[in-house]
Amino acid sequence: MGHSSAHGENYLNHEKGLWSWLTTVDHKRIGLMYMITVLFFFFVGGVMALLLRAELFAPNAVAGVGQVLKSGDIYNQVLTYHGAIMVFMVIIPGIPAILGNFFLPIHIGAKDVAFPKVNLASWYCFMFGASLAIGTFFASKIDTGWTFYTPYSIRTGTSTVMMVLGAFVMGMSSVLTGLNFIVTVHKLRAPGMTMHRMPLFVWALYSTAILQMLATPVLAITLLLLAAEKIFGVGIFDPKLGGDPVLFQHFFWFYSHPAVYIMILPAMGVVSELITTFSRKVIFGYTAIAYSSLGIAAVSFFVWGHHMFVSGQSSFAGILFSFITMLVGVPTAIKMFNWVATLYKGSIRFDAPMLYALGFMFLFAIGGVTGIMLAVLPIDVHFHDTYFVVAHFHYVMVGGTLMALMGGLYYWFPKMFGRMCSDAWARMSFVFIFIGFNVTFFPQFILGAMGMPRRYFDYIPAYETLNKVSTVGSWLIMAGFLISLYTLVRGLRSGEKAPMNPWGSKTLEWQTSSPPPHFNFDVEPIVTAGPYEYR
Amino acid sequence: MMWYNLAKAQSFMPTDGTEIAKQVDNLYGFLLITSFIACVLVIGGMIYFVHKYKRKSDNDKTAYISHNTTLEFLWSFIPLVIFLIVFAWGWYIYQDMRTMPKNAIEISVLGKQWAWEIEYKNGYKAVNEVVVPIGKDVKLLLAAQDVIHSFYVPSFRIKQDAVPGRYTALWFNANKLGEFHIFCTEYCGTSHSGMIGLLKVVTQEEFNSFMEKGQEEGQLPLVKRGEKLFALKACASCHSVDSPAVKVGPSLYKKFGSDEILEDGSKVAVDENYIRESILQPNAKIVKGYPRGIMPTFQGQINENELGALVEYVKSLSGK
Repeated sequence: MGHSSAHGENYLNHEKGLWSWLTTVDHKRIGLMYMITVLFFFFVGGVMALLLRAELFAPNAVAGVGQVLKSGDIYNQVLTYHGAIMVFMVIIPGIPAILGNFFLPIHIGAKDVAFPKVNLASWYCFMFGASLAIGTFFASKIDTGWTFYTPYSIRTGTSTVMMVLGAFVMGMSSVLTGLNFIVTVHKLRAPGMTMHRMPLFVWALYSTAILQMLATPVLAITLLLLAAEKIFGVGIFDPKLGGDPVLFQHFFWFYSHPAVYIMILPAMGVVSELITTFSRKVIFGYTAIAYSSLGIAAVSFFVWGHHMFVSGQSSFAGILFSFITMLVGVPTAIKMFNWVATLYKGSIRFDAPMLYALGFMFLFAIGGVTGIMLAVLPIDVHFHDTYFVVAHFHYVMVGGTLMALMGGLYYWFPKMFGRMCSDAWARMSFVFIFIGFNVTFFPQFILGAMGMPRRYFDYIPAYETLNKVSTVGSWLIMAGFLISLYTLVRGLRSGEKAPMNPWGSKTLEWQTSSPPPHFNFDVEPIVTAGPYEYR
Repeated sequence: MMWYNLAKAQSFMPTDGTEIAKQVDNLYGFLLITSFIACVLVIGGMIYFVHKYKRKSDNDKTAYISHNTTLEFLWSFIPLVIFLIVFAWGWYIYQDMRTMPKNAIEISVLGKQWAWEIEYKNGYKAVNEVVVPIGKDVKLLLAAQDVIHSFYVPSFRIKQDAVPGRYTALWFNANKLGEFHIFCTEYCGTSHSGMIGLLKVVTQEEFNSFMEKGQEEGQLPLVKRGEKLFALKACASCHSVDSPAVKVGPSLYKKFGSDEILEDGSKVAVDENYIRESILQPNAKIVKGYPRGIMPTFQGQINENELGALVEYVKSLSGK
């Protein structure tokens, strides 16, 4: 002590005190702030999910266990908050805002993102929007579903306006992050770090950032129009005022379909990193994976109508959207094949992050083929708005994005906090989450094929058995996440000190200390080879 | 077609009640089989590789394979061909599904929170029950009164949104006698899951006599008329009648003659006048534990005779 500078040697103790965190412009600290908030929202959304499953354990007429929630209105509110929180506050910001913020600059050998203060502003935007959205819970709880379909969202007496303004402000945060990432990738790469030497995680974030920049404003406009209609009575979507409710669906899905890829592309990036590291092998088809991300991003703007095959849009539009959706399936399939091919003749280790990556591939394969089924017109007519769709998007969003997020957290935990997690506990969490996930959601495919509609507070007795199985599965998932929480907290408090490169990876973040210094590298790195040169 | 029957046994699709439903199931069977093969290849390949190339020592040398153009072309081209085949197959069926037949029997269906109102060409009205003859083209003209609803008959594999402010339509030709579920599949609020109807497929003779019977409503006994009215006004969306289960409002099962506890803690006897008041001024007395202002008033919408019939029906639910 008595040293003239009070700065510590890494980003965690570089400055101290709550104020230093709230005013930080360090991308790593902002990543951690996102982590804390997103994990908190994940907890809230998860409790909602457990409530929904508890309610659906048996039909309401069954004595005792039949009706858990007091009324259909309460059930509808719970499903709305579950959907809105998980989509807008967990899955969309999840990987880009936590892992992307932390590792994108390090991956390309930069000191920080291009606009550090904008980065902090985006966190405050996110928090402000999230507070508005959560605030509706204490005003009058909304019951529109996360899709806010008109005219229901205009007629219902609940505080839809506050909620959509919340989503609007969170959208701003998404745009700012996207802008930051694009400029950072173009302007701040270290000497020798060509575009084709960037890790695939960076390519995925780059494609995602383009989507965030181009698609989010459309959502913003839509939500503002909705608010204008509700406050001032301007006729845009409500037929009573001369509007068209189907127009809202077009606007909404013009954002929300690309948003699906905002959710999944970063996850694919994480999986590319995990698979190469733990099989210690160069990725198969680097260029194909990198450019298929961009390809998916581009085509994803022209498939929104596949959410509307039975909405009253013309048959011709339906046919066109079905066709384009088939095209977007191809680059997605290519990525799957590339990952499998990467395993070929590798040297594979089964640490927890790798298990999560393999779990991702397993679940995403099922999510993918059922996605193709849903793109086929007459099949979708039967499955639309049934539990088949619910199962499909949970396989993609939870089985895909959330598995990748968990794998990524375990993978980068030593780098972020300088300590190791217990791998045995982490693997146990995987077993519970993976099995629980399949037990919960696979029966829902069958329920959907049998015809059970989604957003149902009650159901006919024929659906009882499979719903019971599904609810039991949700308890297994809960156990898995509780084990994860324990593992992470235990790693933070008493994990052994992490070496610089515990997994033997080749990307740049592993070539600096754990945790990294304030400016990421003590000496600016000079890049001479690609990210996966395992020879 | 062994493979197809096998796939169908695994798929748990509900009974198919039309020719188109059968075609949809064929395509679904094909998709299931190809999907299953694709998953076995991808997931099986993954499991085989991770098992075979398990790390043996920390100094393992791995192959450096950056790409393989032939392989990459093949695994892009083959999925594309399969996707285009199922797209075209789907298009073919969809075309049938969406082309309305000429000279079909037309029935109007109005979706409202939370019931389906059915109106036949001869002016006969029903709620939550569509009766159609077997082997005839039937076209349903859909409209919505308040918010979007969606008319779904799982056994016929058909679904169409009913949108306020415009008409939409769907058609079918039933080839099996029986009763099939109608569900609402567009989220529409409090009792969305209670918006269940029945589609009854009957013979042509039964259909004819059903249409005639519709004209003779007036001669039914009071209780029966009350029961009809209870369905017609969609009371059952919110009040259960055959069990104490709570829907949106209190159950009416064995309610008559008992005491009800109100929100201010006071007690009231459930008698004829109480039921009458609850129908005409639902907010005058609120049962403890239920929200105010949910039930619409029926003042001016039903006449004295109908009111009597409803009261009589509620009485009958107590077995008195």
